[in-house]
Amino acid sequence: MPTEDAAPVTLSVNGAVRRVERGLALDALVAETTAAPSGVAVAVNEDVVPRSQWPSTRLGEGDRVEILTAVQGG
Amino acid sequence: MTDTATAPLTDLDQLSLGSARFGSRLIMGTGGAPSLEVLEQALLASGTELTTVAMRRFDPTVRGSVLSVLERNGIRALPNTAGCYTAGEAVLTARLAREALGTDLVKLEVVADERTLLPDPVELLDAAEVLVEDGFTVLPYTNDDPVLARKLEDAGCAAVMPLGSPIGSGLGIRNPHNFELITERAGVPVLLDAGAGTASDAAFAMELGCAGVMLASAVTRAQDPERMAAAMRHAVEAGRLAREAGRIPVRRIAEASSPAEGVAALDPERPAFG
Repeated sequence: MPTEDAAPVTLSVNGAVRRVERGLALDALVAETTAAPSGVAVAVNEDVVPRSQWPSTRLGEGDRVEILTAVQGG
Repeated sequence: MTDTATAPLTDLDQLSLGSARFGSRLIMGTGGAPSLEVLEQALLASGTELTTVAMRRFDPTVRGSVLSVLERNGIRALPNTAGCYTAGEAVLTARLAREALGTDLVKLEVVADERTLLPDPVELLDAAEVLVEDGFTVLPYTNDDPVLARKLEDAGCAAVMPLGSPIGSGLGIRNPHNFELITERAGVPVLLDAGAGTASDAAFAMELGCAGVMLASAVTRAQDPERMAAAMRHAVEAGRLAREAGRIPVRRIAEASSPAEGVAALDPERPAFG
């Protein structure tokens, strides 16, 4: 019988709904979007998460993840 | 005798923004360019050392990166907070930009509405205070309002960037008097931001006492961006030189530049022909 911890959770990633395993690390989620070693910043629930904390940041139900980079502008 | 063609008088005259120094007084934007190739040619022709980028959601389908264009040409990236309507949005965007780009520089934009893209002064000042406290070198896009400019300076901003006219309008500097009021009081660099349409606008800004010029559309949307970028580079340098040279006072009537004495006594009735 699956435990509650193993149930998938629903996230918002750059505005799109995503179902992922509970406790997925942020670095793994970002790696699905980009492998860029720099020039990328991430906010979870409107707080900046420094790159050094991506591996230790576990994602839970309803988390809103924004993955940003620099584009032409201004 | 100094050859001013090969040794610009402004050689040692650097633009200081916080602890950063720049040899060029032309800050470029990257929006509106038809391609990264055209953009790169224009940036090189402009001689810029500081160029803005915007922070947006990562799009895996986009080919090429504006950051790599800047990096390979030794141009520093200046992240902006374009698209933010509140102080809260702008502060978070600035913090994300610092994390992504490793720079404390931020061009702070907090606009009031989409139609005018004019700054929201209340939100702007709030955001500036938070970001200065947070250690940012804050360069705010502001109205051409001398009072707001002074308040932004008092809040610790490293420069003030009044708009000449609405973003992308090419209407030039609509209130030169306000620019003079701002530049004669400011203790930080004043940078024209928004409104420049052609080279004379950039030169005029410098003549009014601006320390530099920020522009994008005037170059990126010109028919020949590379050529216009070169024009802007020369215009900023020419305006700076003219400002430092001290222009003549404006007069209502003529003042002869040839001597009034020693004119030969000639017959005014003498026929010009034959």
